[in-house]
Amino acid sequence: MEPLFHNVRELVERAEKENKLISEIMIEQEIMITDRPREEVMKQMDRNLTVMEEAVEKGLKGVHSVSGLTGGDAVLLQKYMESGNSLSGDLLLDAVSKAVATNEVNAAMGTICATPTAGSAGVVPGTLFAVKNKLNPTREQMIRYLFTAGAFGFVVANNASISGAAGGCQAEVGSAAAMAAAAIVEMAGGTPQQSSEAFAITMKNMLGLVCDPVAGLVEVPCVKRNAMGAANSVVAADMALAGVTSRIPCDEVISAMYEIGQSMPSALRETAKGGLAATPTGKWLEAKIFGGAVVGSGQ
Amino acid sequence: MKFKSVFDIIGPVMIGPSSSHTAGAARIGRVARDLFGRQPKWAKIHLYGSFAETYKGHSTDVAIVGGLLDYDTFDERIKTSFEEAQKVGMEFEFIPETGHVEHPNTARIVLGDDQAEMSLMGISIGGGKIEITELNGFPLRLSGEHPAILVVHDDRSGCIANVANCLYKYDINIGHMEVSRKEKGRMALMVIEVDQNVDKEVMDELAELPNITQVTRIAD
Repeated sequence: MEPLFHNVRELVERAEKENKLISEIMIEQEIMITDRPREEVMKQMDRNLTVMEEAVEKGLKGVHSVSGLTGGDAVLLQKYMESGNSLSGDLLLDAVSKAVATNEVNAAMGTICATPTAGSAGVVPGTLFAVKNKLNPTREQMIRYLFTAGAFGFVVANNASISGAAGGCQAEVGSAAAMAAAAIVEMAGGTPQQSSEAFAITMKNMLGLVCDPVAGLVEVPCVKRNAMGAANSVVAADMALAGVTSRIPCDEVISAMYEIGQSMPSALRETAKGGLAATPTGKWLEAKIFGGAVVGSGQ
Repeated sequence: MKFKSVFDIIGPVMIGPSSSHTAGAARIGRVARDLFGRQPKWAKIHLYGSFAETYKGHSTDVAIVGGLLDYDTFDERIKTSFEEAQKVGMEFEFIPETGHVEHPNTARIVLGDDQAEMSLMGISIGGGKIEITELNGFPLRLSGEHPAILVVHDDRSGCIANVANCLYKYDINIGHMEVSRKEKGRMALMVIEVDQNVDKEVMDELAELPNITQVTRIAD
């Protein structure tokens, strides 16, 4: 069965023509493709939202991974915000801390909802639960946030990639951040076109990001990349809502991301052989965690 | 379109840390077990590409073993699957390979028990989604998301028509079908993705058809 949209242009055009939200087009497509009643589709997303909520709550209480590489940063950020001295503002730091919280739970082998992947699972919920405090959405609007993010992710997954092994971190955290930016715009009352601009602006600033996990663990630098992905998406959403547009259309940015992923060497695509994984400290940490010869002093 | 549902993007709910290396790996293991039809007694798991490089860090190993024990992606028992495998008496071995494969996240699982042996190649294409690319040496494309029937048969005329007729009789619609053979006139394989679950009655009837060697189903 043919989907209602193959790319962002078709998605935005359909939303505009039918005077519907992007989330609504995604919901309609899901009902059509999977032949399930609306109620069931909404319920499943509601359950995913609950998993996200629980992961954020758990992370904000403080978790640590088995390797000891990550954990506790979400708590540090929340405490810092309470001090009232934050420079970048509470909403931004709240998004960052909640993205970190989710990924700290993920690294600790906790239960999370992949959005679009586990390694990039922090950005969409992180931004959602931060923006929530400002926009006071209904539960349904929060569920819709995930459908809007999903609509853009659907295009990326089918036209490019959401796999770090195939396309680098730009395909994972890059996609997640761009998806979140588009969803923030819709929740804040922006137009479908503005969602697409926010997506493009975010993705453009994630292009080229490599996947270079230290010791092959989804921890360093993944957790902090989620943090910055969240920050990137909030700022890009504000830019789009202010009327800033992307000179390169959304679908072309997605194609560029795909092309860059294709030409990325394998060492920088989730093999833990290049980038930060190949630094002296990265190597040292790997040897420390998995045993084996420690090459160089590292720390 | 490789990704059909929004829940391929916003989902799955899973035990961390990696959708491709943990959730996808668990799913490959689980499809292998489904195809085998029962708890295997042993498994040799060959890992390629990024799977081979980072399987320990991503818990790919415990996830595949969890899948072989029939655990879903969000099953907490994935964390202790090695111990659980010992309890049910399944031996396993991981073999990281250096050979080149088309997709960076590839696993080949050879498994069996006293009666039978099976081999399967699966790839994890991102976000927890997988494809099964080879079964017992036959190349195939199987998303693992629809109920499917696998029919091993002799490469003779009428086999395909008989199977199709039988499914028609039970009003089972074929969504996707592939037929392949290793050599003309020898063993062949039909892979049939259907819209409904297929019950035992139909399976038994398929197995009784002439020139059919083995019939297996993968439930949704």
